[in-house]
Amino acid sequence: MSNNESSFATSLWDFFCSLKLTVVTLILLATTSIIGTVLPQDPGKAEQFRQQSGEAAYKLFQSLDFFDMYHSWWFLLLLALFSLNLICCSIKRFPKVWKTVHEPLLVAADNHFKTLGNVEEQLLKKPVDQVRDRVVAFLGREFAAPVVTEQDGKVYLFAQKAPYARFGVYVTHLSILIIFVGAIVGTLFGYKAYVNIVEGTATTQVHPRGSDKPIDLGFSVRCDEFSVSYYPGGQRPKEFKSLLTVTDNGQVVYDKRPIVVNDPLTHKGITFYQSSYGPAGDAVYTFAVTERASGQTVTVSGREKEHIALPGGASLIPMGYTDSYENFGPAAQVSIDKGDHQHGNPFIVLQNFPTFDQQRGDAWIVALTGAKQKFYTGLQVAKDPGVWVVWLGCALMVVGSMSAFFLSHRRLWVAITPVGDKTGVKIGGSAHRNQPGFEIAFDELKKKLKTDLAS
Amino acid sequence: MTSSMLSNIVTFAYFAAMVLFIAYLATRSRHVVLLARLCAWVGFTLQTVAIGLRWYESYQLLGGDGRAPLSNLYESIVFFAWSILLVYLLVDLKYKQPAIGAFVIPFAFLGMTWAQLGLDSAIDPLVPALQSNWLTYHVITCFLGYAAFAVACGVSIMYLIKAGKEEQAGPNAPVGGIVGLFPSTKILDDINYKAIMIGFPLLSLGIITGAAWANYAWGTYWSWDPKETWSLIVWFVYAAFLHARFTRGWVGKRAAWLSIAGFAATIFCYLGVNLVLSGLHSYGGG
Repeated sequence: MSNNESSFATSLWDFFCSLKLTVVTLILLATTSIIGTVLPQDPGKAEQFRQQSGEAAYKLFQSLDFFDMYHSWWFLLLLALFSLNLICCSIKRFPKVWKTVHEPLLVAADNHFKTLGNVEEQLLKKPVDQVRDRVVAFLGREFAAPVVTEQDGKVYLFAQKAPYARFGVYVTHLSILIIFVGAIVGTLFGYKAYVNIVEGTATTQVHPRGSDKPIDLGFSVRCDEFSVSYYPGGQRPKEFKSLLTVTDNGQVVYDKRPIVVNDPLTHKGITFYQSSYGPAGDAVYTFAVTERASGQTVTVSGREKEHIALPGGASLIPMGYTDSYENFGPAAQVSIDKGDHQHGNPFIVLQNFPTFDQQRGDAWIVALTGAKQKFYTGLQVAKDPGVWVVWLGCALMVVGSMSAFFLSHRRLWVAITPVGDKTGVKIGGSAHRNQPGFEIAFDELKKKLKTDLAS
Repeated sequence: MTSSMLSNIVTFAYFAAMVLFIAYLATRSRHVVLLARLCAWVGFTLQTVAIGLRWYESYQLLGGDGRAPLSNLYESIVFFAWSILLVYLLVDLKYKQPAIGAFVIPFAFLGMTWAQLGLDSAIDPLVPALQSNWLTYHVITCFLGYAAFAVACGVSIMYLIKAGKEEQAGPNAPVGGIVGLFPSTKILDDINYKAIMIGFPLLSLGIITGAAWANYAWGTYWSWDPKETWSLIVWFVYAAFLHARFTRGWVGKRAAWLSIAGFAATIFCYLGVNLVLSGLHSYGGG
């Protein structure tokens, strides 16, 4: 390798290790992310944008992948750069930190004390051995048990607290990479799909987003019932609930298991979430129709605009329905075809007032007895084998950032030296963060040590 | 006494505290500071009671459907104001720099005023999407984080004013007037950093609890919804701030600007996304 090449490699390495790159990448990620919150990110709405804002703007944004920017090559490249920067920074700094923690400086020479902000010296009329034992006991009690090194008649002590706090930042960095790995695993081996199941029917397939090819579940899911309940006195929904039955290999795994929003069902790593609902087909209305002349009542049912046969050739035609008709409750608008294929005059019948229609004075007295609208339940279906990797990353991020921010690696060095017939004690300390806090603790400690040694 | 009446008193207490802290800058009177602190503490205590009372009232009103008062725009901004006071009072206990009150209490007062005058304070039961314990964890972590950022922003504004005045005055001239009562730029910078150091892990936790909830309710922990994306933007800005501190050329004024930009992004994430953009976090009764 020539000099030029090696210097190029070095500067490239330095570039990827630089904190400036980190700051710039983070700011770039922050500013570019705004685009996707302003421009629509799904194809349907992008089309709407084309119609509203014109072809030119649409084409430009389209060419820059602005309508799917979080999956665009340039955004992924930014994320890759971010990851690379993270990895390089960590590789560069980690070995030194590892050494600091695992091979600490046990013998502090005078030079070392000069680098420490907190130092205290005193001279005692006690032999070295006695002072040593006192200080060792004192540190063990008040700080942490020290490592004792004796060299040339001098005694050196080293004690430390929370050395692993130095790894917090690397755990945080690693956690981000783990989250990325989890996201990639989920994208490669999982899917997001949806399925609509009509009440009383079952399905074995779901539809992935952005694809026409359905996915086979390998088991069947039936929707036994879907219901919406409301809070008293209002239109505010309280609960959307589906009863699902899961059958796998002829075996019923879940029988009419209720799922609601915020309480999904999982089988074989595939989870079903209550997401939407809607009417399936036309509602079926039930009526009790009484012939005034004979007093005989028949129960009939049918859909809207259907001619429902009544005894003697006439028929009943439901024309419309509402759950609430001017505070009278459920009501249907119907008309009667007397057998001449003509719609008679439409009239209203009320479910809560079955005798109301007698007043009309017609040959048929009609009462609404029920309306049954079938619903489909809309389920989100997700399979994400990477999600646990993501949670592991998140947990590490919390632990890592907490220890990076709130724990501090504190170290104390003591040198005990014979000075004539006296003994000199020098104590110094440092903390890898929160120096002001350490300063206070150190001052407290040295006062205590002084009293301890004086006694 | 209802929680709503109590909240009006709280708003007034914050107003008084704000005025008194500003008056302190003009008068330099110890008595004024004492009174300002008293107002802040009384306001905070009453607000704690008011939030508890509203919680209790929700059970009186809705029976079994009662819930923690953290579910709509009104309740969230009230909790935001409470969180700002909490973080502020902790900073005040530790650093004892009364000038900061004049730059932080206004955020809480503005929030309370808007909540009391402009927002619907009805206690409604929870719609299905919000019926989850994750709601409580998510809201508490997010807003404690936001509050720490609010304090950092107030302190950064002070930093910029102080640093600007010092530059004008030259290196050796002492800066007098109102700015003379500000803590030194070194302390302001330190508080800025400490506040963000507390806010950042809380924001991370807020994003994580939100993701966990989204995964539990919808099967996707991340869907690039505008609210999610903006929370990530806020996260990026403060991550940049934290790394900028170790980089030459990015300390001091630039760091203060980053902190202010971070809080602006936070406010947009909290309010702008709902008022300007659309997404999953449409607040009920907003």
